[in-house]
Amino acid sequence: MKRTSSILAAAAVSVVIAAAGGTAALSAESADWNILPAPEGHPLPEIISGYDFRSPETKALQDDDFENPGMLWMEQGAQLWETADGPLNLSCASCHQDAESAMRGVGAVFPKWNERLGKPLNLEQQINHCRENAMQAKPWKWESEELLSMTTFVRYQSRGMPVNVQIDGPMAPYFEKGEELYNTRFGQLDMACTNCHSRYGQNIRSDHLSQGQSNGFPTYRLKWQKLGSLHRRMSGCMGQVRATPFKRGSDEFVALEIYLGYRGTGLPVEAPSVRH
Amino acid sequence: MAQSKPRIKLQKTASKGEIVTIKTLINHKMESGSRKDKDGKLIPRMVIHTFSCHFNDNPIFECDIGPGISANPYLEFNVKVEESGTFRFVWEDDEGSVYTAERKIEVA
Amino acid sequence: MTELTRRSVLGLGAGMVVCAGIGLPLRAALATPEKLQAAIMEYTGGVAPANGGMTLSMPEIAENGGVVPMEVSVDSAMADGDYVESVLVAAEGNPVPVVGTFNFSRMSGDPSFSTRIRLAQSQKIVAVAKMSDGSFRMAETVTKVTIGGCGG
Repeated sequence: MKRTSSILAAAAVSVVIAAAGGTAALSAESADWNILPAPEGHPLPEIISGYDFRSPETKALQDDDFENPGMLWMEQGAQLWETADGPLNLSCASCHQDAESAMRGVGAVFPKWNERLGKPLNLEQQINHCRENAMQAKPWKWESEELLSMTTFVRYQSRGMPVNVQIDGPMAPYFEKGEELYNTRFGQLDMACTNCHSRYGQNIRSDHLSQGQSNGFPTYRLKWQKLGSLHRRMSGCMGQVRATPFKRGSDEFVALEIYLGYRGTGLPVEAPSVRH
Repeated sequence: MAQSKPRIKLQKTASKGEIVTIKTLINHKMESGSRKDKDGKLIPRMVIHTFSCHFNDNPIFECDIGPGISANPYLEFNVKVEESGTFRFVWEDDEGSVYTAERKIEVA
Repeated sequence: MTELTRRSVLGLGAGMVVCAGIGLPLRAALATPEKLQAAIMEYTGGVAPANGGMTLSMPEIAENGGVVPMEVSVDSAMADGDYVESVLVAAEGNPVPVVGTFNFSRMSGDPSFSTRIRLAQSQKIVAVAKMSDGSFRMAETVTKVTIGGCGG
């Protein structure tokens, strides 16, 4: 009840912003974009992947499976899948066998509720959870090449499948926390995620705003000239508004990730994606 | 320092005299030598400075490159094949590391 | 490839911010037209390259200066007496103007190549080809590098 009315209020605000000029900025360039209809009560009037906001060269880089630099990490992930680690000498393949079948759909539904731990886990956390519990191997650092590669490799098995993150049941309080954080102003610049990302299609100085979707993460960011995680990007956003960023893997970032998953409902999983 | 295997895109067969396009991609930071770390110290340059492609030991395409080339260097070039054989690709970086790859092609 | 909704931020100040972001040095080390000329003359041994006979393709606007696609192609049959020996690529506004030297062979077939380069700021990029008869050709283009905004 409270959630529904706050969602409706947010939707109303978005419609006002869109009417004020958001859609006008879009219509000039979006003729061949893949624009998805938003479900009822959704914070956005339409759902668009970050892919569509980028230049033709950036899109071309993502589209070519050979030239896409993110594929270097995907291949490393494929190798790691078969590599034994830890005292039990197990690899991911030891339990999950063929990644293509075992991991199909996984990348589209995370963050997911973990019954045993009584909390949601995002994909990076799930991978490390498997490593620590099943393999008794050391967890990988968040931005390590190994974790980035494995996360990309797992997401790759769901490439093209629609994002579908559960937000009801036990996920509800985490989803609501994420929604609250998304709309909270932070930092010296006193800005919330929504202040920029509800104005997608417009420019903030020369930065072309997207909807801030998460369907393309981990992404090969041209600025980083390497693959990076969603939590790294969100960290950067917080730094940009001169706020102290939440830590990677923190409850706050996981809650935000759940909310972002909902924001991107139906978008195709893009792995590895290329962004600017 | 490169991490994963270099990627090579090359057709497996060709006709005699056909001009074939080769695409290569290698994982490398290409540290320019101009960035500073958190303490303000310069991070030393560490880039791939040479790339070469040989076919049956004959040089085809050789490049002297440096920090002006993007990380994870991509190089695409052509070769006119007259006979079957083996391509050998070599990348060398400032640390003295050498990365290699080989591909065969059948020419009818 | 012009994007009507974009604005590009030109100038030295913009260049400095971009430099810091993509790993190229700031301030005084930025290249100048003189440094570019010197690099070209060193390559050609003092011979002035003629315009034409080759193409240099780059996007008009680069979404990020760290990864800018580039394609060079020289009009040559690569036959006896008329072939391309090598191509120099140089960027006027980069801290080190020479981006690379690319050497062909008699087996190259088609004297063209593609790669991705780093651009410190909006600038002119030049490609100079050394021909088998001792002559030199040149092509140039200008790419705007967009920076600025809170995307970080």
